[in-house]
Amino acid sequence: MDIDWHHFTPGSSLLGGILLGIAAGVLFLNSGRILGITGILEGLLTPTSEDSPWRLTFLLGLLASPLVAKLILPANLLHAPRIDASWAVVIVAGLLVGFGTRWGAGCTSGHGICGLSRLSVRSLVATLSFMCTGFITVFVIHHLL
Amino acid sequence: MQSLIEFAVGLIFGLGLLVSGMTDPSKVQGFLDLAGAWDPSLAFVMGGAVMVGLLGFGIAKKKTISLSGAPFNWPEMKQIDRPLVLGSLMFGVGWGLAGFCPGPALVTMASGNGKAFVFVLAMLAGMVLFDRFKKRDN
Repeated sequence: MDIDWHHFTPGSSLLGGILLGIAAGVLFLNSGRILGITGILEGLLTPTSEDSPWRLTFLLGLLASPLVAKLILPANLLHAPRIDASWAVVIVAGLLVGFGTRWGAGCTSGHGICGLSRLSVRSLVATLSFMCTGFITVFVIHHLL
Repeated sequence: MQSLIEFAVGLIFGLGLLVSGMTDPSKVQGFLDLAGAWDPSLAFVMGGAVMVGLLGFGIAKKKTISLSGAPFNWPEMKQIDRPLVLGSLMFGVGWGLAGFCPGPALVTMASGNGKAFVFVLAMLAGMVLFDRFKKRDN
């Protein structure tokens, strides 16, 4: 196996991961809610009257993050996004991600971060499943096509 | 006060995604490319997040009620069923194709990226489509 040392960023990735863990832990300890983007979007698409507006407030904070990052973080900590997929592939991928995360009831945050932190076997199975097809898909598009 | 905490949590989560590299699809695909030049960075993202998460959820397990007074919404589903596996497998294909999962796509959209915006629209359409299928099945 070849390691891509040029792009390897263990420090900033660990730091970012710790921030993700802090956010997930604080939301559950404070509000009793699972930090899962799929579930949060689901709640916003089908709102119920008794539900607290926490999902919307959370989402506003999330959407404000690029602007805040620009203001407070050193530029070398931030990665400019590079999207190799074509517009058509982006649309197909978005449809698969939207349908799949609702079908499987969670994504990288709810199943991955929160689920593994809760030691949930169900979330472990979900995480291994999406990582498996993620590895296979990239193998196909990078090495076979 | 609660709104402020929830906003801050969203902000910290977004900053975490930005700093970790998750908002750069080419970096995500670099992690998923085991057969090419492999970038193991995202294992450190997951490692850091779960390390802290274990602590947070571990404390919660010993408590009966959250700090805000709201009950803990522990997920009740335990069974490993077809929807869980098939949905997750499908999600992984989309994740690999574009390098975006839902959170990073929203953050990158908010940074003004056109492709991320289109991805989010397609993702929301996929979610609505799922609800249609589910309603038809019931």
